[in-house]
Amino acid sequence: MNSVDGFLAMGGYGAFVWPAYGLAVLVLGGLAAYSWRRYRASVAMVDRLRQQSGRSR
Amino acid sequence: MALGVAALGGATALALNAISDNLVFFYSPSDLNSRHITGAHRMRIGGLVEDGSIARGPDGRVVFRITDGKADIPVVYHGILPDLFRQGQGVVAEGRLMPGGVFDASTVLAKHDERYMPKEVVDALKRSGHWQEGAANPAAAPLAATAARLR
Amino acid sequence: MLSRFANPARFVRVSAALLPWCAGVSIALILLGLYLALIASPPDYQQGEAVRIMYVHVPSAWMALNVYLFVAAASAVALVWRHPLAEVAARAAAPIGACFTFVCLTTGSLWGRPMWGTWWVWDARLTSVLVLFFLYLGYIALVNGFDDPARGSRAGSLLAVVGVVNLPIIKFSVDWWNTLHQPASVLRLGKPTIALSMLAPLLVMASGFTVLFVTLLLIRMRTDLKQRRIRALQLDRLTPAPAPPHTESGLPARPVAAREGI
Repeated sequence: MNSVDGFLAMGGYGAFVWPAYGLAVLVLGGLAAYSWRRYRASVAMVDRLRQQSGRSR
Repeated sequence: MALGVAALGGATALALNAISDNLVFFYSPSDLNSRHITGAHRMRIGGLVEDGSIARGPDGRVVFRITDGKADIPVVYHGILPDLFRQGQGVVAEGRLMPGGVFDASTVLAKHDERYMPKEVVDALKRSGHWQEGAANPAAAPLAATAARLR
Repeated sequence: MLSRFANPARFVRVSAALLPWCAGVSIALILLGLYLALIASPPDYQQGEAVRIMYVHVPSAWMALNVYLFVAAASAVALVWRHPLAEVAARAAAPIGACFTFVCLTTGSLWGRPMWGTWWVWDARLTSVLVLFFLYLGYIALVNGFDDPARGSRAGSLLAVVGVVNLPIIKFSVDWWNTLHQPASVLRLGKPTIALSMLAPLLVMASGFTVLFVTLLLIRMRTDLKQRRIRALQLDRLTPAPAPPHTESGLPARPVAAREGI
């Protein structure tokens, strides 16, 4: 499709525009994913420790 | 950890050193005249590309004049020009001043102004006479205004 | 308002309610911003399509500065009033700010290459933003680098507060000195020098980034509080409930986080 090609080409600046957007998505999305996984892991860890200390008492 | 902080400190010191060398990122053509800057050390000059001054040689050489409205200086450059390079555009050329008063540039950087507009808006502004060529052009902003008035 | 929110237990409650809304709003704003930036906005009269890089570069730059201001303010509160939540907030915000600064620097480089003709120059604007990136990294290294977290956090907070001098340098570098970087288009005296059709994606993206910052901040602060809770629980297990042997050696009988019921 011609319009898609034109969109991707970005008037000849595709090689600069797309890496810029890709990089922003990668860095900010990566930080969001990392932060969320660390949060879930911490919640799970607290639950596990709570259960363990509950059993030992 | 201490090593990391030391490395960061060193990097910052280097960056600050670079900034102190570059606080005056470029001189204007008038600066060159008034300060009698000569000699072969590398420097940058900035200003507007004078209208109608661009000439391209067959060997890929480009000759043009950089002006700030009061003074101008001929520049010779051999290489790829940035996409924004055109007459009336703010540019910064890095290189050496040759004995004949010609500036031999090894790099030419284009400045763009802080105006962002679609082409149709600019055309409309030009039609209605509200467009100020180079008025917001940051290459030595006050000088650019002078250049615009002289034109 | 701050003091009401600043109670750690209340923070956990309020942030849990806020989090899904913030996440949803930030995703919606960023998607709308991307549509406006990549599809609905016109090419620039000088720069053509390359101007679209502005819609990630400039909001990232604003966030880089604003988040640093947030880190420094929270650090100052932590230093002066020793409020535990202020320290948690500063710690959680710094990596987010560092990421925004990194995005600002790299997208700027990708924009500079076709427009200016160079990936990088050591002009006052670019160099002072690089120094901002180093300040973030230095703060993160200090805060995590000490065996005694209290000492690390004090050292980091001091650095963050002192580093504030860099912010006006960044903002006004383009007016004070000759730089390759152009002056401000939006945050300037007088009317913005940007067409409305290009200002809209810029502002939508900037608000999307701001809400994204709040979302990530809440997630990371909650993680930090959970981590403290984990340390407290592990310490509890090491010290048997009757006659804790460590109390004479200066350790509190129950760690702070456990007492605050986080």
